[in-house]
Amino acid sequence: MLNFALEAGRTHTPEAVLFWFLAPLAVAAALGMLLVKKAVHSALLLAWVMISLAIIYIAQDALFLGIVQIVVYTGAVMMLFLFILMLVGVDSSDSLKETIKGQRPAIIFVSIGLIGLFLSLLGRATIGIPAVGLTRANADGNVQGLASELFTKYVWAFEVVSALLITAALGAMVLAHSQKTKSKFQQRDLSIARFRGKSLATAAGLPSSGVFARHNAVDVPALLPDGSPSKLSISQTLDARGDMIESKIFELEAREVEED
Amino acid sequence: MDISNYLYLSIILFTIGAVGVVIRRNAIVVFMCVELMLNAANLAFVTFSRINGNLDGQVASFFTMVVAACEVVVGLAIIVTIYRSRRSASVDDASLLKR
Repeated sequence: MLNFALEAGRTHTPEAVLFWFLAPLAVAAALGMLLVKKAVHSALLLAWVMISLAIIYIAQDALFLGIVQIVVYTGAVMMLFLFILMLVGVDSSDSLKETIKGQRPAIIFVSIGLIGLFLSLLGRATIGIPAVGLTRANADGNVQGLASELFTKYVWAFEVVSALLITAALGAMVLAHSQKTKSKFQQRDLSIARFRGKSLATAAGLPSSGVFARHNAVDVPALLPDGSPSKLSISQTLDARGDMIESKIFELEAREVEED
Repeated sequence: MDISNYLYLSIILFTIGAVGVVIRRNAIVVFMCVELMLNAANLAFVTFSRINGNLDGQVASFFTMVVAACEVVVGLAIIVTIYRSRRSASVDDASLLKR
């Protein structure tokens, strides 16, 4: 199925087609991530880069890693990023204005240098080494092969990583936990505040909606003895939103009795 | 196609990530660029694993993913904590040590 065998370090045509389709798109998305203004768009472009990398992993006989890439990175990590983006919201830091003078040209210069450095490293690491391919290593299946490596040679690292995960979860809990500096305003405090206030008119609580009005919905204010609506009787949010309904419209019209 | 094209792709993505870490101001975008760098390194691991014909590279890549997940959890918690106290997610604003 997904077995792209290697012939003397070269790949077959389908894999080359896949690569030349995905790689430019991934690079374009990564560049777009740097250049778009909104952080949410950056996150979506990064998700695209990660999905194309997952496809590339699968094409490179790393089936398990490809699936993990989609589940862990594109699923969990990017979801977490978007969640925090929604929590933090948009602020001035999204602007693309250069805050340190002359930083951008310097960065472009340095990044070209970095690429050059990597290329020279790569040359030393790959020239003259024939590519073997994973056909033999994956003979029992990729997942089985990885498992036998993970639970024999790397079992200690695996255990340490589990400790790391628990520590990270605890750390995130400690960091995200906020200590209250003041105690919460309880029902008892509210009651005391009502009686200590200037007027005792609301000491027994606010009037409930619809009392003495002609309708008992929450958005219909109660009527005061003089017939005017009492804004205290409905939620302030409804009032601010303009969702208050006058009880007048529910007034029954005097109907004439028709005689037949 | 030569198999080292994957490594060139990895280099390009890593460099784009590194540039992003330096030029973007929003801490979350900076963090996403770090993720891009980790992903590029993973691609190099997977490709090297294929070149050498054993699965050690893929195991290294697997561990990178786990560490990246930890890093995201703690890093985002730090960003949320900073945001809570300063109402800003900009990396320029967290500069108390400079003064």
